[in-house]
Amino acid sequence: MKFLVCISKSPDTTSKIDFTENNTKFNETGVQYIVNPYDEWYALVRALELKEQNGGSVTTITVGTAADDSIIRKALAIGADNAVRIDAEANDAYFTAFQIAEYAKANGFDMVLTGKETINYNGSQVGGMVAELLGQPFVSLATKMEMSGTTATIEKETVGGVEIVEVNTPFVLSAAKGMAEQRIPNMRGIMAARTKPLEVVPAVECEELVDFEAYELPPAKSECKYVDADNVAELVNLLHNEAKVI
Amino acid sequence: MATDLYTHPDYFNMDDLLSEEHKLVRETTRSWVKQNVSPIIEDYYERAAFPEHLVKQLGEIGAFGPYIPETYGGPGLDQISYGLIMQELERCDSGLRSTSSVQSSLVMYPIWKYGNEDQRQKYLPKLATGEFLGCFGLTEPDHGSNPGGMISNFKDMGDHYLLNGAKMWISNAPKADIAVVWAKNEEGRIHGLIVEKGMEGFSAPEMKGKHSLRASITGELIFDNVKVPKENLLPNKSGLGAPLGCLDSARFGIAWGALGSAMDCYDQALRYSKERTQFNVPIGAFQLTQKKLAEMITEITKAQLLTFRLGQLRNEGKATSAQISMAKRNNVEIALKIAREARQILGGMGITNEYSVMRHMANLESVVTYEGTHDIHLLITGMDVTGIPAFTREMPNK
Repeated sequence: MKFLVCISKSPDTTSKIDFTENNTKFNETGVQYIVNPYDEWYALVRALELKEQNGGSVTTITVGTAADDSIIRKALAIGADNAVRIDAEANDAYFTAFQIAEYAKANGFDMVLTGKETINYNGSQVGGMVAELLGQPFVSLATKMEMSGTTATIEKETVGGVEIVEVNTPFVLSAAKGMAEQRIPNMRGIMAARTKPLEVVPAVECEELVDFEAYELPPAKSECKYVDADNVAELVNLLHNEAKVI
Repeated sequence: MATDLYTHPDYFNMDDLLSEEHKLVRETTRSWVKQNVSPIIEDYYERAAFPEHLVKQLGEIGAFGPYIPETYGGPGLDQISYGLIMQELERCDSGLRSTSSVQSSLVMYPIWKYGNEDQRQKYLPKLATGEFLGCFGLTEPDHGSNPGGMISNFKDMGDHYLLNGAKMWISNAPKADIAVVWAKNEEGRIHGLIVEKGMEGFSAPEMKGKHSLRASITGELIFDNVKVPKENLLPNKSGLGAPLGCLDSARFGIAWGALGSAMDCYDQALRYSKERTQFNVPIGAFQLTQKKLAEMITEITKAQLLTFRLGQLRNEGKATSAQISMAKRNNVEIALKIAREARQILGGMGITNEYSVMRHMANLESVVTYEGTHDIHLLITGMDVTGIPAFTREMPNK
């Protein structure tokens, strides 16, 4: 079975977030990028596990510049067989999905996996768009997947329960927590990643649908107010008149 | 112990000098440590128990013999990668680093460098995976800084060697499957022999009561007429230079490792100084706290530069024993000072096992003495710059 795993970067969670160019661009100075954890821990690892059980190959795909090669090498060190980088800035979800779908169409995969979202933009859009562009089923927020032949039985969390779906390959899946356990690469994997193929493919023409007007940081945390446990009336008063939430 | 929030200080953008592969090696080791060691280390340390289950895991991640070629089961990384792995391990605990650096530099290194092809094939792959744990026997009860005076010896009995003697302060010994033992032949020349667990007359009792390196296991090696097969002699190097070559590799790892514990102490002290409030301000606002932190990061930065350069030299095969001595001595010394200063910034909390600084401090008291004492390394530098050895002197006349 041929797996294509979408690998995206996201800033390390200790990074300081600020913006440049009149708040229209994320300031990357001093930012250390990591593999987006949902892509790495769940989508990639589950694909590797299924490959180890039933054979096949795991290819990773990233839309990004040469600066992203380090996170791609990490995915290879964890165990992917080869990697593809579409040589362009990943500007928005549609552009990214379009590039991935074009590559997937041309190369034929049984399953395309993404993380449920990136931890920086939390867009959760690429998987669904890729599925639409490929004309394939999309299973989102999957927490468990077992394969039997070409049929996958997939669990996904819903409000207050679990939904179980069956789907035949080819399909697109977005993976959430529970799908697999994080795999730490080892030194042999890191050395092996040196010689695994990383193919750089030019981007295809794609309509730009998104303009970035401005970024802003969430408001700074305001001070906590403590209300005496016996003074419920004051709590209600503050929630009603000051916070205006009730 | 609280959640491990460690991030490494990098005041002079040293990361720019590392390759992406180096960073991945470091990240891998750090992730493994945070997941598998940080949550348990205080408990093992407190109980003076050896976390034996970590041996296989260290093998799996590739922390045993990182620079050993793939032909022999190692990952074949460079020396800076080896240093970074030691740094990340000792950042957590010097005992953990000791287990790994003994296996790598004192057991795998001599078999790789001084052993024959059969010995390499027989032992290195098992040592790389952690199936075998090894130890290194050089120090004796009466011969620490003066290993050349050792009395352990072996006799050629025709079809085997007969080994007698005792070694002391041997990391990993009680759990080790093999020991690389240094002993004199009948002509008084030092050779290395591979002694296997279970050989008749060989025992490795544990040494207890350590106030330092409590999560690492230490023992004696006792050889009472042990018959060692002739094929277990390391054929390609003899003389005191052979074990000293292993120590160069191990001390190189210690230089990186000790710096790791300094970085951990600084990281915790800095964070604490911003969180802890006294007189209505964070204690980091006080000049005396800032003095401590500023001096710590200055020493760490100097040591980072020294250590990285040493890594480059070692990669090129140009690092001298004296350069390695200087780095080991300097980095352990600054680490000890930084641990003490960090302990002060942490106030009373610094003596508890909520923080690792007191454990680092106690561990470093071993590290400052083993693998060449602080004073011996000074004499090595002294000899190197003057050309005059000052290790021995005549007993003055009464």
